[in-house]
Amino acid sequence: MKNLLKSTLAIVAVLVAFTSCNNGAKSGKNSGALANNVAEKVYVAPGEHDEFYAFISGGFSGQLSVYGLPSGRLFKVIPVFSQDAEKAYGYNEETKPMLNTSHGFVPWDDAHHPDISQTKGVIDGRWVFINGNNTPRIAKIDLSTFETTEIIEIPNSAGNHSSSFVTENTEYVVAGTRFSVPIPQKDMPINEYKGNFKGSLTFISVDSEHGNMDIKFQLIMPGFDYDLSHPGRGKSHGWFFFSTYNTEEASTLMEVNASQNDKDFIAAVNWKKIEEYVNNGGGTMMTTNYAHNVYDESTHMATSTMKKEVLTVNPLDVPGAVYLMPTPKSPHGCDVDPTGEYIVGSGKLSANLTVHSFTKMLAAIENESFAGDAYGIPIIEFEASLAGVVEQPGLGPLHTEFDDKGNAYTTFFISSEVVKWKVGTWEVLDRQPCYYSVGHLMIPGGNSQKPFGKYVVAMNKITKDRYLPTGPEVTQSAQLYDISGDKMELLLDFPTIGEPHYAAGCPADLIKPRSKKIFNLEDNKHPYAAKSEADTKVVRDGKTVHIYMTTIRSHFAPDNIEGIKVGDKVYFHVTNLEQDYDVPHGISMIGANTSELLIMPGQTETFLWEPKQEGVWPFYCTDFCSALHQEMQGYVRVSAANANTPLKWSLGEDIE
Amino acid sequence: MKKSNIIMLLAAILPLGLFLFPLWKITLEAPQYPTPLGMYIYINDFADVNPHDIKNINLMNHYVGMKYIPDAIPEFKIFPAGIIITTIIGLIIAFKGNYKWFFYWFILMVVLSSAGLYDFYLWEHDYGHNLDPKAIMKFTNPDGTVMGFQPPLFGSKDILNFKAHSYPRLGAYFLGLGIAMGLVAYLVGKKNDKKTLTM
Repeated sequence: MKNLLKSTLAIVAVLVAFTSCNNGAKSGKNSGALANNVAEKVYVAPGEHDEFYAFISGGFSGQLSVYGLPSGRLFKVIPVFSQDAEKAYGYNEETKPMLNTSHGFVPWDDAHHPDISQTKGVIDGRWVFINGNNTPRIAKIDLSTFETTEIIEIPNSAGNHSSSFVTENTEYVVAGTRFSVPIPQKDMPINEYKGNFKGSLTFISVDSEHGNMDIKFQLIMPGFDYDLSHPGRGKSHGWFFFSTYNTEEASTLMEVNASQNDKDFIAAVNWKKIEEYVNNGGGTMMTTNYAHNVYDESTHMATSTMKKEVLTVNPLDVPGAVYLMPTPKSPHGCDVDPTGEYIVGSGKLSANLTVHSFTKMLAAIENESFAGDAYGIPIIEFEASLAGVVEQPGLGPLHTEFDDKGNAYTTFFISSEVVKWKVGTWEVLDRQPCYYSVGHLMIPGGNSQKPFGKYVVAMNKITKDRYLPTGPEVTQSAQLYDISGDKMELLLDFPTIGEPHYAAGCPADLIKPRSKKIFNLEDNKHPYAAKSEADTKVVRDGKTVHIYMTTIRSHFAPDNIEGIKVGDKVYFHVTNLEQDYDVPHGISMIGANTSELLIMPGQTETFLWEPKQEGVWPFYCTDFCSALHQEMQGYVRVSAANANTPLKWSLGEDIE
Repeated sequence: MKKSNIIMLLAAILPLGLFLFPLWKITLEAPQYPTPLGMYIYINDFADVNPHDIKNINLMNHYVGMKYIPDAIPEFKIFPAGIIITTIIGLIIAFKGNYKWFFYWFILMVVLSSAGLYDFYLWEHDYGHNLDPKAIMKFTNPDGTVMGFQPPLFGSKDILNFKAHSYPRLGAYFLGLGIAMGLVAYLVGKKNDKKTLTM
């Protein structure tokens, strides 16, 4: 009887399982994890490495996160525009200058569009560039250290959004303004915007060897909103394309007033022509003020330099350099296919995708097929540059990326889906839902001549019920689709930091072998470095005290310090003497009004402590470094401001 | 020049390979070291297998009170001198001597090499047993005696969380081959000598 009951239950269970599978398939909502081994496709076994790196911006977190694909595992959050107490970025004395601007120290920004450097149109994995939107800046992250090594502020810009995309040999990283403003800034009525505000498109040259950034010129354009941009490549190398909205030049209730024109523009900029113009002495030097912050790996310190002028170019002074291609309904994404022939404009209020042809654009310019001009800049007839239209693919198109088989993938914010279509025939091939409200999408190498069309990552603005709830604020997410077959297949959902605004990806092998393991102690040129315990000391200079300290498993040298007084400014310059992979040390001092330090092997970092009370105050190592990490601690004796306690320090012996 | 003398010449020259290639290699494996720590022992130096390995071996070993691996030991002066002197002797007898001298050279080399190995063993024993009494961690054997951390002279051995390997490298093979050829030179020389006599 019991057995009969058991077998009946077993049969029922099997039937239920089958039924639910069928239901799932019918509803089209299942990810089919069991049905077709989707889990296997994203499973990276313990100890194995992912195939791709994905650098996903943190949006309003201001940082850049590093994920592996296909596993969706988070490896690191690289601090870029926001202070990070964990890594002491923007807190320690060495990196504070990285966040300096013409407005002073700015501890946060909104990081949007990472783009990896390229050589000959192919991503080379040397640097990632990313834009800060709010206080316009472009940052460069070195992919041998995964650290931010340079930040340049963009003058005459506001809402630095059509940034930071690189040309095919990383000649330039380009930053376009979203908000037009008075150039130069001045006190004037807001309602006199039209005709008076201007939009700047900034071309920042990148040194091919060291990557040093320098503003080559700023193109001062009419007062539209410059939304996104992409470089020409291959045949269109030498051109840059910018989408615009608010060609109405409204300054209030923008959602209505900037949505009146049937068509806005994609601006085509022949930067080679302008480069030649400025190389021959063209352009106007304008007085301005902006910060250029550079981190030096050998001194482990950043310096901030204020620059006082920028070269501006009026597009009318360089005939044939700038044209406007009408594009329906406030285009957002402005994406160029791997061949460089097609420029896709995603009119976010349009039901269709508009695709321009570079060849036809050149012919239209040749034949002067113009429909007028805007502030003297020729407007190409809509039909003249039009290559085709993807008819009614979805609602609210935003961004397009490409694979290596002639297909394009466009995100639709309103209908919350990714749509695959054929470049050239403009037919829709497939669609997959996103959960929910997708913004950008990323195919590794997608902004280059050589995409790696195996996966696409869709980045969602809203997740609602997709994960365990965490109160009113829930995570945003990324979704991984397999695009190697005819149909896309959803493989994985994974939560992200901040807002996963956009991402850049590349094969891991491009970066992995170059990733630094340690900093060589011998190469450390920090002015306050102590390269051995014999070099450690404490030096008083008036009310300022410099402690030259070292760390090695498992002690600080010195670890007993006396003679510090209330009111002193005490700088702890801490050098990590380790030369072994993955042995950082941390340090924190009770009551210090700053973050901990997290010091990599061979590195020196500094924090400031201003003791306010007499006593004996401990400090300790904050990174679990070794078996005797808990013993890695020390004391500082703080005496009254007028005390005579002599300055002394020691390790391993009592201070006599 | 006789065949045996040519062999003796080679025998005398081969140990000079010790100045080019490491004599021995000690490797330490542990889960936390996916790239093992390693040290080459040259006739006149200790060297890292990967950068900073010796520094990191020292850091590991200080937990159990082992001394730092010294930058220099007297052997680094004595051993190279010994090799140069025995090579010179070998060269002289290769040109001047007869097969009997080849045998004496062979015996000399075997004795000196054995003495060298014994010296190496003594150093290893001291390194592994002469521990700082203030060692952070003290381990005892099941019989209550203080645990030593001597790496093996030859072979592999588990030492706490590490697996230690100790094997000769190319320099040692050059030396060994040189010594063996000394014996070959003697045997060939002796054989030829008999032939000459009978003829």
